[in-house]
Amino acid sequence: MTLSHPNRLVAPLALAATLALGAAHAFTLEEFTFEDPARTDEFKDLVGELRCLVCQNESLAGSQASVAQDLRKEVYRMMQEGKSRDEVVEFLVARYGDFVLYEPPIKPSTYILWFGPFLFFGLGGFMLLRAIQRKKAEPEQELSQAERERLQQLLAKTDRND
Amino acid sequence: MNTSASRALIPLGIFLALAGLLFYGLKLDPREIPSPLIDKPAPDFTLESLKDPSQTLTKEVLLGKVSLVNVWASWCPSCRQEHAELMRIARQNQGVQFLGFNWKDTRPEALQMLQQFGDPYTTILYDPDNRSGIDWGVYGAPETFIVDPQGIIRHKHVGPIDARVWEQEIRPIVEQYQAKKS
Repeated sequence: MTLSHPNRLVAPLALAATLALGAAHAFTLEEFTFEDPARTDEFKDLVGELRCLVCQNESLAGSQASVAQDLRKEVYRMMQEGKSRDEVVEFLVARYGDFVLYEPPIKPSTYILWFGPFLFFGLGGFMLLRAIQRKKAEPEQELSQAERERLQQLLAKTDRND
Repeated sequence: MNTSASRALIPLGIFLALAGLLFYGLKLDPREIPSPLIDKPAPDFTLESLKDPSQTLTKEVLLGKVSLVNVWASWCPSCRQEHAELMRIARQNQGVQFLGFNWKDTRPEALQMLQQFGDPYTTILYDPDNRSGIDWGVYGAPETFIVDPQGIIRHKHVGPIDARVWEQEIRPIVEQYQAKKS
């Protein structure tokens, strides 16, 4: 039994080592540094807001796809050259379309996307208001004499059943 | 018609409309991203020829003929899948220039694949480090662009080309621009 102890230790260590090595091979943002730390932050913000086209639910910052690495390098190169954030975005949109932006620009083809929710919200509110007003306009219905007697009878019956 | 009965049909109508919309959405392929390059001049490039490193190719190669610019790589399984179809189309359509765009590949591996499966291309551009690929907005392989004789991009197809895609999607556009030229 004592022999198994070293093994128990070795396995997690081996696993940890494998994982660490694996991580070293993965792409990270650490390789992209600027002399001005503000530019580094700007770079990180920017790639976080751009979408990877291969794995569409990932940002350019988080994607492991090789195309994403190429694009990170390109963004880095442009920023090293002193290009502004808008210039980089314009460059990518001209090649890959609005799809690279997580936040699509407001233009006729995206009006329904941007304003649709408000439209539906307004429509719902309007219908709700109308329903409330109609309810208010309706007079309370008085019970007739026959109905009142029947109500009394039913109530009396349930009392007895209890 | 009875108004209360027709009123009761409104929710059903809304449901059917919504179901129709969602059903239509099921058939859309989210990987097909519209290219902003359509109807714009092809981007400038200066790339080596895959077969002859001493030869430099530029946008000039696109002029004068309708071209299919086919982005491929030896590591890409779908490219192998479409390869046989490209061979057939190239054989039967001598009037179209088949321009290979070898993307993020290595020269020996790319050449080996052509040796093994045949070479449908008239000319092949070699872009190992995605220098021009970014300008073309390439984000995967295979992708195919149709470029008209004036060097203007007219269409982009994402994914492998099979007989159906060729007949229904690509061929009509190719013929349209071939007809314009004459």
